[in-house]
Amino acid sequence: MLEFNAQSVAFIVFALFSLGGALGVVTTRNLIHATLYLILSLFGAAGFFVLLSAPFLAAVQILVYIGAIAILIVFAVMLTRSMTRLRELYNRQWLLSGVVGVALFLLLMIGVILPVWGINGSHVGKPVSDVVTTTVDLGIALVDQNQYVLPFEVASLLLTAAMIGAIVIARDDRE
Amino acid sequence: MENVCSINNLVACLVQSGMNPDLANLLTALGGVVLVATVPLVTVIFLIWIERKVAARVQDRLGPNRVGPFGLLQSVADAVKMITKEDITPQGADKFIYNLAPIIAFASVVLIWAVIPFTPLHIGADLSIGILYFVAVASIGTIKIMIAGWSSNNKYALLGAFRTIAQLLSYEVPLVLSLLVPVMIGGTLGMQEIVRQQGGMWFFFMAPVAAIMFFIANLAETGRAPFDLLEAESEIIAGYNIEYSGFKWGMFMAGEFMHAFTACLLTVVVFFGGWWGPGVEQIPVLGFIYLGLKTAVIYLFALVLRSTVPRVRIDQLMTLNWKWLVPISVANVIVTAFLLQVIKALGLTPQSGDLIAALPQTIILLVGNVLLGVVVFGFIGRVGRAQRAADQAVQIHTDHDDHSPVPAVGD
Repeated sequence: MLEFNAQSVAFIVFALFSLGGALGVVTTRNLIHATLYLILSLFGAAGFFVLLSAPFLAAVQILVYIGAIAILIVFAVMLTRSMTRLRELYNRQWLLSGVVGVALFLLLMIGVILPVWGINGSHVGKPVSDVVTTTVDLGIALVDQNQYVLPFEVASLLLTAAMIGAIVIARDDRE
Repeated sequence: MENVCSINNLVACLVQSGMNPDLANLLTALGGVVLVATVPLVTVIFLIWIERKVAARVQDRLGPNRVGPFGLLQSVADAVKMITKEDITPQGADKFIYNLAPIIAFASVVLIWAVIPFTPLHIGADLSIGILYFVAVASIGTIKIMIAGWSSNNKYALLGAFRTIAQLLSYEVPLVLSLLVPVMIGGTLGMQEIVRQQGGMWFFFMAPVAAIMFFIANLAETGRAPFDLLEAESEIIAGYNIEYSGFKWGMFMAGEFMHAFTACLLTVVVFFGGWWGPGVEQIPVLGFIYLGLKTAVIYLFALVLRSTVPRVRIDQLMTLNWKWLVPISVANVIVTAFLLQVIKALGLTPQSGDLIAALPQTIILLVGNVLLGVVVFGFIGRVGRAQRAADQAVQIHTDHDDHSPVPAVGD
């Protein structure tokens, strides 16, 4: 049963931040407000990481996602015509994106719940430490030859290529 | 009961008085938060005073000297004046966001103080990710500028915000990269642990290049001269905060002053041994004084720099960052990582926290840094000479063409 202590209060608060913020992002007609709701939502997610004793991920969440919101606002200002009075909340792809969203949610739920409860809800009751890995494990996994070093390197190469591509597109041809 | 209620055993005391232990812990933690957050709030009053005094002395003036002894209470009088001023909200402003921006401006700086180790025992929260926390909190600072600039409903405020964002985001790169070096040397992200590692030798002597980069990047991050383009009082008066008045403007200002001081404090914590000093292990509170003294020295240096160095142009600002600071800090990280592996292979990693044990590592890293510095200064010299030669060629050419005296270009 859910106990009523400081942790559960914090969880409820962060859940409200996260879900309320996400709802705000898609319902507001003001793009700047949408980005601020996004901050709220991402902040809630960072709070979950803290509650799960993963402060590293929480800090990275704030640094990478919330830190980039300012850029997002710059894009919103520069690339849209009317930021504060969006006329249409939906576009033609709303059904498709809804289906994709629900499917992704279900997949994630299965992915999260199965390792913890097992098939048929038999509740294998694994200790949390078996499911959750530490930041050190994560760091080692990214550079270990037998684990994820290849995807890690490929991803970083891809990012570098994207960065160079952006520079090539943006630079002045006359130079 | 022999348990006397005092500040030392506040939790026990509250529980004894019949309070729920959870609630008692929460209240005590809140008290600590208020205490840590109050220190910067009080400090900022004196920061403004010392800043005006130093600037005045450099410019051969007296500075504030009317209110209170040595003009010490001038800032208090200014604060009172600021509160009583009219609080203007421009027409068409996004009210909620407009009011939110000054609060974020102030909070994003106060939050940094949570991880600053004042003494061996006193720290707001000794997070295992202290450095990362600082970087994360600092990145929130960019949001306040963007929303302040946008919500003012003023195109000049918005343009100012864009310019500021470009500056802050650019200088975040060398800032973080130079922080990586002490993290590698100390092998930890925790602030308290980083300070403790400097018992034998300050990291400044192991990584002078990183320390200087960190200082320069911080000057730009906090918008201090010679990088004060976000305000540029003498030309454009203000930037993103041009519509703010009264107390809200004051919060931006106070946040800026405090950020500059906090940056110096962080420089001391990460590179200059934090609270270390003679006798600090016996009497931990001395650490607070040592930290304050060291920070004061660095801060004074920044203040004198502010009043003596001319402001850079925006293109120079970007050139300095992307063509010099970023490559140098990347090279610095690589060199340091390589040298640390060499030191590890040679078995010279300091085992104990005294001077003798830290000496071999310091010497190797220092030599590496000096070599890096020589290469960098060689490059700077070459680029400078090439630029000068090009300028002179242009000058001679024009002289020859129209036979009229031409004012000297560049230099």
